[in-house]
Amino acid sequence: MTKTLSHQDLAVQLREQFGDAIIEATDAGLVVDADRLVEIASYLQLAPGLGFDFLNSVSGVDYERYFEVVYHLTSIVHNHSMVLKVRCYDHEKPVVPSVVSLWQAADFQEREVYDLMGISFAGHPNLERILLWEGFPGHPLRKDFLKVDAYRFYREGYPPE
Amino acid sequence: MDYIYHLSRIMDAIAGWLNGFLPDWLDIIVLGLIGVVGVLAFVVPSLMVLIYIERKLIGRFQIRTGLMRVGPHGVLQPVADAIKVLTKESMTPDKADKTVFNLAPVIALAPALMVWAVLPFAKDLHFTDLNIGILYVVSISTLTIIGAFMAGWSSNNKFALLGAMRTVAQMVSYEVPLVLSLIGVVLVTGSLSLVSIVDRQTVPFLLLQPVGFLIYFISALAELNRAPMDLMEAESEIIAGYHTEYSGFKFAIYYLAEYTHALAMAAMVSSVFLGGWNLFGGWFSGSFIPQYIWFALKVYFIFAVLVWIRATVPRMRVDQLMGFAWKTLLPIALANVFLTGLGILVFPDNDLLLAVFGWLPIPVGLLWLRFKPGAVERGGREAVVRSEYQPTLAK
Amino acid sequence: MIGMPLKTEPFVVNFGPQHPSTHGVFRMQVTLDGETVIDIKPIVGYLHRSIEKLAEERTYTQCIPLTDRLDYLASMSNNLAYVLAVEKLAGISVPERAEHLRVIMVELQRIASHLAAVGFFLNDLGTMMTPLLYMYREREKILELFEMVCGQRLTYNYMRIGGVSQDIPDEFVPGLRKFLDEFPGFVDEYDTLLEKNEIVLSRTKGVGVLPAQLAINCGVTGPSLRASGVKWDLRKTDPYSIYDRFDFDVPTGTAGDCYDRYRVRVQEMRQSARIVGQALAALPRGEIRARLPRVIQAPPGEAYGHIEAPKGELGFYLVSDGGIAPYRFKIRAPSFINLTVLREISIGMKVADLIAIFGSLDVVMPEVDR
Repeated sequence: MTKTLSHQDLAVQLREQFGDAIIEATDAGLVVDADRLVEIASYLQLAPGLGFDFLNSVSGVDYERYFEVVYHLTSIVHNHSMVLKVRCYDHEKPVVPSVVSLWQAADFQEREVYDLMGISFAGHPNLERILLWEGFPGHPLRKDFLKVDAYRFYREGYPPE
Repeated sequence: MDYIYHLSRIMDAIAGWLNGFLPDWLDIIVLGLIGVVGVLAFVVPSLMVLIYIERKLIGRFQIRTGLMRVGPHGVLQPVADAIKVLTKESMTPDKADKTVFNLAPVIALAPALMVWAVLPFAKDLHFTDLNIGILYVVSISTLTIIGAFMAGWSSNNKFALLGAMRTVAQMVSYEVPLVLSLIGVVLVTGSLSLVSIVDRQTVPFLLLQPVGFLIYFISALAELNRAPMDLMEAESEIIAGYHTEYSGFKFAIYYLAEYTHALAMAAMVSSVFLGGWNLFGGWFSGSFIPQYIWFALKVYFIFAVLVWIRATVPRMRVDQLMGFAWKTLLPIALANVFLTGLGILVFPDNDLLLAVFGWLPIPVGLLWLRFKPGAVERGGREAVVRSEYQPTLAK
Repeated sequence: MIGMPLKTEPFVVNFGPQHPSTHGVFRMQVTLDGETVIDIKPIVGYLHRSIEKLAEERTYTQCIPLTDRLDYLASMSNNLAYVLAVEKLAGISVPERAEHLRVIMVELQRIASHLAAVGFFLNDLGTMMTPLLYMYREREKILELFEMVCGQRLTYNYMRIGGVSQDIPDEFVPGLRKFLDEFPGFVDEYDTLLEKNEIVLSRTKGVGVLPAQLAINCGVTGPSLRASGVKWDLRKTDPYSIYDRFDFDVPTGTAGDCYDRYRVRVQEMRQSARIVGQALAALPRGEIRARLPRVIQAPPGEAYGHIEAPKGELGFYLVSDGGIAPYRFKIRAPSFINLTVLREISIGMKVADLIAIFGSLDVVMPEVDR
């Protein structure tokens, strides 16, 4: 059974190394500071007891006050998993460091998050839109992208903004 | 009744009648034309039969019913195909070299038909008996390669040209084992004439020269661009082949040329290796089945085997194909020639001992395959040590 | 001549969105040097339907048909992954009969999906559709069974949150038994034709070798990962539903080339037939769905539910804000991530190998594009 590691214990272990870069630890995930993401992720990947060599998924979530990028990590060697999160409070041009140098699985997934959510990944070698075409206006998965009210649509036509 | 069994007697009768009142030069021309009509009377309906056999058999191998709609059990399908292909628009690309473009299909079809001049349908029933029959067949059938190349060149299409070059390379490479495998048969017969080869076969050369048969069969598959060597028709390769730009009637000629060539190769195989109209020295044939029917059945049977192979095996990759011709078939064909020559030198008349020499290349060939120098690993390339490969970032 | 090198020029070829062997609308810009591949740039997105955004406007149950349309060759698995994620999010437990039915359907679906994958792989090698039609004969039997159960042959919409939507009719069990009796014999018959076929071996052995470390780093999952030697199958390492009760093996390969990926899929089909037999024998009576309100409201929180789909690890990351629709519906699509590795393993191969490699990775475009 893949054991989901307790993020609180992990936070304790990581705070020795990284101090207050570890912001919060809940059951849902371990929130870290975006600026030190690559260091922390690299430590998680290579530390002998942790060894998270497999990146399951990279997701972007738009909570209206901030953006959150969620990394689900698994260790094939030890068969345990964890969730790593970073938050970005800038709504206009959110930037998060890229983890492509650690896990190549992040390549296409970060491009997708950039495409659909608008979060740029610093250090990604090829940050282009992947699912939508170049020149598509906006980032569809954001909560403020064309909220279409179905009834208004049928009554008044395509919404003006 | 006798005339049905021995069509040659009809021809003799007509020749005799014409001889009566025509001057010699006109006599030859008229007889020649009648001969041509006779040959085409077999070839052209056979094409219809071949189209039907191919599609029905492939359907059967794929556990489907095959052709069923046009006519009872789909027998009128070739007619429908012909009508379809003739009523399509025949487009010529703008910048194509028009003369060459229009001439190429003819050059592809004509040699396939010319091969039929020397094939014996029954005893004394052949268009002509050239005493260099095999040489004629091999050299004429090489001309189809020129037709393919002309098509690729004149299409003004980069991919058609590349496809044509690949096809030409394939066909030229496989000519060599093709010819060498026939030399074994020629050595045993002592003559290049196809009629004498068929006459010689009291025991079919399939048993005397099995390796020759196999090599000829495989090389014929490659010459025809069929079955495992059909990379030109491969829809999953980017290069679409030399006849991409052809449509309508010109494409129909290529279509016919492919089947005529296949029919000619099947007829060659059945004449040279299976005994043609002859089998076990005239016992059986000529007694209650007319000889030409026997010949036709063998030809269709060989064609059915070609279709069988097409339905079953996957395609070879182009470098594996060329390697196979030059590194596998050629040495084995050479071994066959040497051993057969040795056999002829020692036992010129004894069929049984000749057969021993004919079967010897099989163990020789197996040893060659096992121990050939520089045997490349499966996958056709030297093994790259991939375990130290470092993943690179995507660009 | 002093060995002057030939001046060659690499040229870029587009394997366009419409192509007989790209398994859907996929575009590759391949830079070729003669016959050898130098670089590949995959371009996806031709089938993007914004399923993730659509799901935010639909209730949890209304999202289930959306998941059908992901990997349409394996709809049951997609449904299962999603309902498992919702059940994890909302803390719902599923009755026993429903669990067994789910396992039967998903394993049958795995067999059907692998039949299609292997058939199309062999078709790309140039076999003129013959093995494909043999595979499809068996797949047809499975699709008939599914039609008996849920009335659909491709997009089933069968799983519901808390169970399945309908119970099996009476003809299902005898039909399934008949299928299970015939199936292993069929796999043997087809194996003897193709396992040791010289041309298949020379086209697939050593072609597209995927080293294990690269596979793990690139996030490859499913048969492609197991063919590289990594024994990682979510049904064993992180058992979901009732998989821990069944006895089956996880086939792995050694070399990680196209041949191994193909063999792993064939053997997985055998193992799936075993699981179906065991689940059918253990099928209890009972309810097929938990009693839930008509419109499900999950408590605020998040959950990541993943299963071993035929193509790899299919995961759904759901974030709920307490409402009736998911706040964030993220699909971890295995084909999308397996596609990362296409470039790495194809460089240096020939064009014909590229087609074979792409076929062996078993990528289905609707899952890539969502």
